[in-house]
Amino acid sequence: MSGFTFNDMTSEYMDVLKEIGNIGAGNATTALASMLQQKVDMKVPKVDLMEFKEVGLFLGGEDSIMAGVYLLVEGDINGSMMFLSHKKAAKHMVNQLLMGMGHPEEEEFDEMELSALKELGNIMTGSYLNALSDLTKLKIFPSVPEIKIDMAGAILSAPAIEFATLGDKILMIQTNFTDELDIDGYFILVPDLDSYDKIMKALGMA
Amino acid sequence: MADLAVCKAPDGVTTLGLGSCVGIAIRDPVTKVGGLAHVMLPDSTAIKNNGSIEKFADTGIEELVRQMVAAGANRSRLEAKIAGGAQMFSFQKNCDLISVGDRNAEASKAKLKQMGIKLLAEDCGKNYGRTVIFYPETGQYIIRAVGKPETSI
Repeated sequence: MSGFTFNDMTSEYMDVLKEIGNIGAGNATTALASMLQQKVDMKVPKVDLMEFKEVGLFLGGEDSIMAGVYLLVEGDINGSMMFLSHKKAAKHMVNQLLMGMGHPEEEEFDEMELSALKELGNIMTGSYLNALSDLTKLKIFPSVPEIKIDMAGAILSAPAIEFATLGDKILMIQTNFTDELDIDGYFILVPDLDSYDKIMKALGMA
Repeated sequence: MADLAVCKAPDGVTTLGLGSCVGIAIRDPVTKVGGLAHVMLPDSTAIKNNGSIEKFADTGIEELVRQMVAAGANRSRLEAKIAGGAQMFSFQKNCDLISVGDRNAEASKAKLKQMGIKLLAEDCGKNYGRTVIFYPETGQYIIRAVGKPETSI
């Protein structure tokens, strides 16, 4: 049985999770740059273990509109993963990807834009998970993702509920990219507790 | 998320962006003491890490009622309205065949019934987020969703 819980996380464990976040987000940013065919700068990702109550404020309000791509993870580790971005940033990325064929930033997403955004999220979470898989030599298979545009709190409730079964906190990895516009992105990886043990073991931590 | 608050008329209480979580609004129509709980999971006994009582429908409702009574509500007059419990993603992991949103709503209703609190109205399920505002003065429970007209139950 696993000895890992979120409520008494040591700083050593936290450092490992931060490093995974760094490498994963770095990989995802590289993927984003090659997709958009332009230079994308990345700031050092911020990794936070926060209480559920704090998450909304962190994202600029639980009712701010965000785009979320959510998928399940199977293989040696089990769980789910989400990539979140504020609507404006998501629209900007899609417009870049569709090379100006998308609609203006204030308009709603149409079918094609949603599909493009889903693919973008798919590739970004995929490259994040690839980094984790390379690092740990664990097999990780992501499922086909689903996309949703809604209030931050509502989208987040899906991974947050997964975290809630594990403890009282949620692990958030924030990355900021810049091309011309500041793009914010958040990765949330929720392996189950046994998978956490496996990740830590694979990295020689347990 | 995993939080609750008590207020007294004319104040209102709100929670933003309910997804699969459920917002349980309770008031005493005479003293106008009201409260709102934002619960994430149905059952505190089903999970090992159950330190936070605000997280669960069963313990969250109990705690909300306790705080409301302490603030001057009469236990026998309480009435409730609930909203939320959506299924945000169709594959959202669930051990049972029923989505966690549905289970949250069902558990909330069961707990209210067990405590003898009347359920006046509900707006649960579907697949979108809800922001809710509750006014203990009138018992009005206002629900906002993206791209939909505001409703009140």
